[in-house]
Amino acid sequence: MTVEGASRTGHAARALIYLVLLLFALFYLLPFGIMVINSLKPLSEITGGNMMALPRTWTLEPWRAAWSTAQIGVSPTGLAPYFWNSIKMAVPAVALSTIFGAVNGYVLTKWRFRGDTLIFGLMLFSCFIPFQIVLIPMARSLGILGLAGTTPGLVLVHFVYGIGFTTLYFRNYYAAFPTELVRAAMIDGAGFFRIFWRILLPSSGPIIAVSVIWQITNIWNDFLFGTSFADFDSQPVTVALNNLVNSSTGVKEYNVHFAGAIYAALPTLLVYVVAGRYFVRGLMSGSVKG
Amino acid sequence: MNAARHRPDRLTRLQSLVPGLMLAPSAALVLLFVYGFILFTIYLSFTDSRILPSYDWIGLENYSKLFRLSHWTTAVVNLGVFAALYMAFSTAIGLMLAIFLDQKIRGEGVLRPIYLYPMALSFIVTGTAWKWFLDPGIGLEHTMHLWGWESFRFGWIKDRDFAIYTVVIAAVWQTSGFVMAMFLAGLRGIDGEILKAAQMDGANSWNLYRRIILPQLRPAFLSAFVILAHLAVKSYDLVIALTGGGPGRATELPATFMYSYTFSRNQMGIGAASAVIMLMTIAAIMVPYLYAELREKKA
Amino acid sequence: MNAIARGLKVSTAILALTAGIAAAQDVEVLHWWTAGGEAAALNVLKEDLAAQGIGWEDMPVAGGGGEQAMTVLRARVTSGNSPTAVQMLGFDITDWAREGALANLNPVAEENGWEPVVPDAIKAFSKYDGEWIAAPVNVHSTNWVWANADVLEENGIEQPETWDEFVTAMETLQEAGITPLAHGGQPWQDATLFDAVVLSTGGGDFYKAALIDLDPEALNSDTMVEAFERMATLRGFVDDNFSGRDWNLASAMVINGEAGFQMMGDWAKGEFLGAGMTEGEDFLCFRFPGTQGSVTFNADQFAMFDQGGEVSPQQAAFAQAVMSPEFQVAFNVVKGSVPARTDVSDEEFGACGKKGMADLAQAAADGTLYGSMAHGYAVPASVKNAIFDVVTAHFNGEFDAQTAAEELATAVEIAQ
Repeated sequence: MTVEGASRTGHAARALIYLVLLLFALFYLLPFGIMVINSLKPLSEITGGNMMALPRTWTLEPWRAAWSTAQIGVSPTGLAPYFWNSIKMAVPAVALSTIFGAVNGYVLTKWRFRGDTLIFGLMLFSCFIPFQIVLIPMARSLGILGLAGTTPGLVLVHFVYGIGFTTLYFRNYYAAFPTELVRAAMIDGAGFFRIFWRILLPSSGPIIAVSVIWQITNIWNDFLFGTSFADFDSQPVTVALNNLVNSSTGVKEYNVHFAGAIYAALPTLLVYVVAGRYFVRGLMSGSVKG
Repeated sequence: MNAARHRPDRLTRLQSLVPGLMLAPSAALVLLFVYGFILFTIYLSFTDSRILPSYDWIGLENYSKLFRLSHWTTAVVNLGVFAALYMAFSTAIGLMLAIFLDQKIRGEGVLRPIYLYPMALSFIVTGTAWKWFLDPGIGLEHTMHLWGWESFRFGWIKDRDFAIYTVVIAAVWQTSGFVMAMFLAGLRGIDGEILKAAQMDGANSWNLYRRIILPQLRPAFLSAFVILAHLAVKSYDLVIALTGGGPGRATELPATFMYSYTFSRNQMGIGAASAVIMLMTIAAIMVPYLYAELREKKA
Repeated sequence: MNAIARGLKVSTAILALTAGIAAAQDVEVLHWWTAGGEAAALNVLKEDLAAQGIGWEDMPVAGGGGEQAMTVLRARVTSGNSPTAVQMLGFDITDWAREGALANLNPVAEENGWEPVVPDAIKAFSKYDGEWIAAPVNVHSTNWVWANADVLEENGIEQPETWDEFVTAMETLQEAGITPLAHGGQPWQDATLFDAVVLSTGGGDFYKAALIDLDPEALNSDTMVEAFERMATLRGFVDDNFSGRDWNLASAMVINGEAGFQMMGDWAKGEFLGAGMTEGEDFLCFRFPGTQGSVTFNADQFAMFDQGGEVSPQQAAFAQAVMSPEFQVAFNVVKGSVPARTDVSDEEFGACGKKGMADLAQAAADGTLYGSMAHGYAVPASVKNAIFDVVTAHFNGEFDAQTAAEELATAVEIAQ
């Protein structure tokens, strides 16, 4: 909605609003700006001078190094090979948690049964568990399941700890969906899946966007699970990035670190910029209306 | 299946089982991997586990040790300060930006992703940039001095008493845009008719917001609360990247405390005890809230 | 009941799981030399093994000087998927050996004659219960001071030999408007400084009594109070922005001439060399004043995880390669540390490296080679971190020296 009175607000007030909005934009852009500027400098300019200043000599060398030649572990591979690991992990995990979240939301709103609220409450509360405490028991469980150090193991972990949020989103969205439509379909003899497939899913676009964005952010950026449960051949890009930037006693090439950090963030950034519009729309059409 | 078709009553019964069957895998996984592990952690907190879990029962010793550590008290107090300020500022800034953006702003399509993008980045990525920016020797203070504002001082990150506020600043930076999106969605979802009616009654902008719009945003406030609360409790990367828990141990939070005792210090028993206290605190706050919230929806 | 509980003991279960996991021909190596020169140096080892037909599966995990890697190790072992070889430090090795998780390397050690060439103080960690369980790669000595030669010369400062000379030198720099001591306020850096100060204040026997044997009387003694007072003195020579600073940015201050000295382990040398300075000319390296003749060390070692009762041929080859004189030289020239074997030539090392090797051999012979508390070679992790808490709190002005010594004794008691 837009307040009709907006046009009545004076010019001064509008100028102030623009000023505040721009100042905040600056505030939000600042850390990223520092990263970009410093990724374009030679190392000597960073350690020897003002880290906030523009480069005197511009260079793309750090970007090249971070992508393909920086030493990560014993091999000078750069971050490139680790992207694939992250994609193999993130895509199925996001898809699974979104699908199950949708089904759960559907069951919890349209097929109510005794104790469903309790189950939802338990799922919601599970979002609050600090991940550090699950490391050891989870490692053991993955070992028993034979999934230790594998990408499917990581997918399982992300699926389990993402399901609470996706269920929350879909439940709230479907709660606002007219139950009469579902009832009518039931009377017409449509079954559980048919109703879901034909009636709810077609109008779930916005909330799917929300769920996917949320999950991708969490899973792509996860470090703790990636480092603990991945093997030498399944380490995601955040672990590789950490290996690049957090080496203990080596020389720190900050420019390469920043370039690497921006690479690692590109997929999520892209999702936000491209899908950001749908995101607000998705939030709008359900999850915050309760 | 074929047999069932001949007996519709069984088909109905089968049909009625489907929803439960579809929910069961998720519920089972959550029960096992969340609540099972919580029980396991509670058990560990009563054992003498050090480097690996051990099953030798030692009663409440870990808890008594935990409460003798001044370090733990600091962590708990810090979480209180951090969570309160973080949630308050994120909500206030998010709401303000949403209201401003809702005034038919030109360039909204550009501004919105700028406000949102920090949520997309992890602190492994932005931690160093923040650390530099806040460092008086190389960051904001230094730059202001170079620009001629010699008396400018901003050295909070180096000050034991103020460092926790820099953690708040970075955390607010990360999530306030997200909160903005939630409020913006809430604002856009409000029925225009109600507003028109109110305006005809002569309500001014301020009253319009206070009396009609904000109360309608209640669900958005609640969602923001859940998301911010869970992020506040889990804040870990942020502290590690920004201050490493320092200066001294001044910015330690329960999450960093628990991790450090469980893993760096090989005192898994004490780490588990701190996790249990943390979970109990979260439960004490969240359960009544969830209860009220879910009860109401049922009604 | 008790028997059942014992039967359930996780370590045993883990060992049962670990058995037979080993991949046929490859070694999976968990380490935290993840970037830049040190990672490249490890490649020497990889190629050495490749020449013997053994593949290398790389499992680098950076963070906190190996802390993150140790967390990962625990997750890996718990899941029954332990790596073949793991980089480890000090008490972590002992702790895992106690769990019965490490392979016995005695046959390799005997065949290659490790016994006489590794200093006793390091062997105390490479061996457990008379069995070799780890192969040491290098020895870092941590009680070094790094100085900008030009800055010292311009201010008429000679290389300080005693605590008092050191203080005078730093006062001179302070008057000249130069930060005397470049330091990063992170707990491990504060503790590195503390190691050297304790050693310098009380001498080797006191260091051993207080920080290795954890004698309560030594911990809360007048000497310890004096050590804390010296820490406070040093704090006065550090700039106000020190807290949270990475050690290499502190090195950069010395390199750029903003600061005179930095107290740091020998890995700092790489920063100076990387900036195009020559050791012994543009920058100086000398022992922390008052600790000459003693060395506090930190040594990286590789332990092999037991994969079925005996050490596999790949593990034996790996351990042997780590201990070969060629690798020890090639690796340590790059890494800044010195070889763990005391019988290799110092020809390829620079001035500081040569001095480091001579000091190590001398300290090993004199019995003045001590494990560094700050780096996990003096006390177990729980105690180490408890000491960090107190040292850091005092360095940041939370306690006075007297209180700090009392707190130190209490903290150590709780952590034990």
